Amino acid sequence: MASAYRRRRWSGIGSHAIAGLRHLTLVVLLSTGGAALAAAEDGVELGISEYKSTGQEHPQAPNKQRESTTDHRKLKELQGPFSSGPEVTRACLECHNTAGHQFMRNKHWTWSYQHPLTGQKLGKRVLVNNFCTNARGNEGMCAQCHAGYNMTGPDFDFGNQENIDCLVCHESTGSYYKTPTTKGNEACSIMFEGKPPIDWAAVAQSVKMPGRSNCGKCHFYGGGGDNVKHGDLSSALFDPSPAVDVHMSEASNGFTCITCHVGEGHDWAGSRYQMLVNDENHPKPGMPREVATCVSCHSDRPHPIDSVEGIKLNSHTRHVACETCHIPSIARGGVATMVDWDWRTMGKLKDGQGFKLKEYTQGDGHHRATYKSIKGDFKYAENIAPIYAWFDGTMNYTTIGIRFDPGKGPVEINSFGGSYGDPASRIYPFKRMHTTMPYDKGNNTLVYMQLWGESEGALWGNYDFAKAIAEGMANNGQPYSGEFGFVETYSYWPVNHMVAPKEQAMDCAECHAREGRLQHLGGFYMPGTGSNELLDRLGVIAVFGTLGGVLLHAIGRGVAARGRRGL
Amino acid sequence: MSTHTIRVFKRFERIWHWGQMAAIFTLLFTGFRIHGTYRLIDFGTAVTVHTWAAILLLLLWVFAIFWLFTTGQWRHYLPTAKNFVKVARFYAYGIFKGEDHPYRKTYRRKHNPLQALTYLLVKTVIFPAIWISGIAYLLVSFGLLDLAGANLGLEFIALVHTIAAVAIVLFIIAHIYLLTTGHSFVGHVKPMITGYDEVELSDEELAYLRSNEPDVLKR
Repeated sequence: MASAYRRRRWSGIGSHAIAGLRHLTLVVLLSTGGAALAAAEDGVELGISEYKSTGQEHPQAPNKQRESTTDHRKLKELQGPFSSGPEVTRACLECHNTAGHQFMRNKHWTWSYQHPLTGQKLGKRVLVNNFCTNARGNEGMCAQCHAGYNMTGPDFDFGNQENIDCLVCHESTGSYYKTPTTKGNEACSIMFEGKPPIDWAAVAQSVKMPGRSNCGKCHFYGGGGDNVKHGDLSSALFDPSPAVDVHMSEASNGFTCITCHVGEGHDWAGSRYQMLVNDENHPKPGMPREVATCVSCHSDRPHPIDSVEGIKLNSHTRHVACETCHIPSIARGGVATMVDWDWRTMGKLKDGQGFKLKEYTQGDGHHRATYKSIKGDFKYAENIAPIYAWFDGTMNYTTIGIRFDPGKGPVEINSFGGSYGDPASRIYPFKRMHTTMPYDKGNNTLVYMQLWGESEGALWGNYDFAKAIAEGMANNGQPYSGEFGFVETYSYWPVNHMVAPKEQAMDCAECHAREGRLQHLGGFYMPGTGSNELLDRLGVIAVFGTLGGVLLHAIGRGVAARGRRGL
Repeated sequence: MSTHTIRVFKRFERIWHWGQMAAIFTLLFTGFRIHGTYRLIDFGTAVTVHTWAAILLLLLWVFAIFWLFTTGQWRHYLPTAKNFVKVARFYAYGIFKGEDHPYRKTYRRKHNPLQALTYLLVKTVIFPAIWISGIAYLLVSFGLLDLAGANLGLEFIALVHTIAAVAIVLFIIAHIYLLTTGHSFVGHVKPMITGYDEVELSDEELAYLRSNEPDVLKR
């Protein structure tokens, strides 16, 4: 009994023999779909990600497509043979001769962003988050989700068009995949071996406008697993029910990501760094605008004005983001999101090997890792209410060089402004991530860690924070005091997806109540919250005082009448 | 001088009174729900009902004000010092001694002076406070009016509205209690249902009514 339990829960890392078994499992999964998944998870599991591939094993819904004027299957340029991604890209660029120039300005390529208002230099190339911390220096692993080929380090040639990965966004067979660009420590690399070879000509001929599965392969798995990062972006959106996402469900509207994230010239709307939260533009009917806002389709007075409630709700849009009421909870559809990560427990070994503990079972039956030797302890949540705050759309980041006071409570990896008094602000929903993570104790800054690779410092395989930080900081030219500690951090993820059907929008009383969802937001009047305690107390005193007064008067009359009757 | 049973509350007056009562109870019930005093009914429903009840009451008040001024009935509410002390003394003292109410309704003054002053204050202070703040609340929260420049935010408007609502509750408590202070509770309520009450009439008033408004006198 005990040993059976152990086999199920404790999975060793690093055995090649077992890896073979796993590939067999993959074939089974591909042929039988999701039902086999739960069984597969009872077996031994290796690697660092919770899903060794993203997308394909999930049920996929067809994506509605605009009809193309070109059948790429018939193009002689795409008949191949191709032996690599860059060869396909070269063929694409022969016809689409401005696509490369366009895409090289895109964040998916540059991993870099200069914030127009704060001036901060952001993007994956520099930022530290409170999941796996830094992509910088770990491109060998993280650049699986770079829309390019061969990004192995920060010295990547961003000027070479042939390294653009057209296929990851445009192929439609579902058979295309990406693997880490460098091998990495054996403890991790094992999970990426033995995949079936890519049929380059077939995937090249399948190109279409991006579907949910293209975007989802990376964006549903941010932070190292399904829905780990965002809370509102999970594999549940590959084929959601209307209750999970009323827009993306094939049973209702069948939106793909680019139905809302519109744009032109490989530049599309909807960046989290600078968000449009107060879209008050009233364009002429039918006028296209490149914004990814609810308002761009629904207007800022979307509720029917044939009822008091409708009129009243329309007046809310000046202060409340649509998402606040229409996304009543996140991590819906059976896929949990990570809410807490504790790096301090990283490095526990079992028989000298790293292992995973999968003690959280989410709604769809998958077991989620609650401990991984390479990462530490995790907590998950499903169907949770977001947190709410006034938000003006501008994100500030605690970047690598910024000093903070670790004694002042959790460090905010990203923070934002906004207030009731600012007409450009809205009450906005966020997923908040709490992480206890290493920092430079001497300089009071965040740190870059060397996670991936075969070097002596690489955390994933060597399990030594001191070495991983020293190497990560040195490799990337950052000053390091030589002493690390752990600091609590928060990061905030604006919630925009998983819009529920209107019948499931939040009830008024979710906020208009004592202990309501917005109880913590002060500085403005909101009926139903009992915010003016003095008034309530005086009111109660006045009413009961009057009642007491008339009661005394009545008793007085009764007593006097008895007295008169000589009783 | 003689006592007669006449129709002291006209049909409109009775409709006004009971309509107003129904509206005010509805508004208090839904209003304190919106305020957050209790949660018996759905918030959205409370807002909807409160808004419609308020609109209906405002409409009723428009008619009432028109009626008061076109019929001259507004004179009943003019404050008077005559008999004021007597009535006040009765409620504070005489009522315990088993004295009779010192005030007799007359054709020109159907309210005792304390009553008249109370109703006047209700009509000129408490009700205006509630409807002005109520309309302001609706307009401001619908974004049709911005009083923030005048430092009159929603919070202040709601404060005035709530204080006025509490004052109305106090009025209702006293109003209902005072119905018990006469010969009988029913005796006090009945005139507002049937319209008829005993009123002191001078000989001239009686003669006038007999010849000009015979149906006012109960046969």
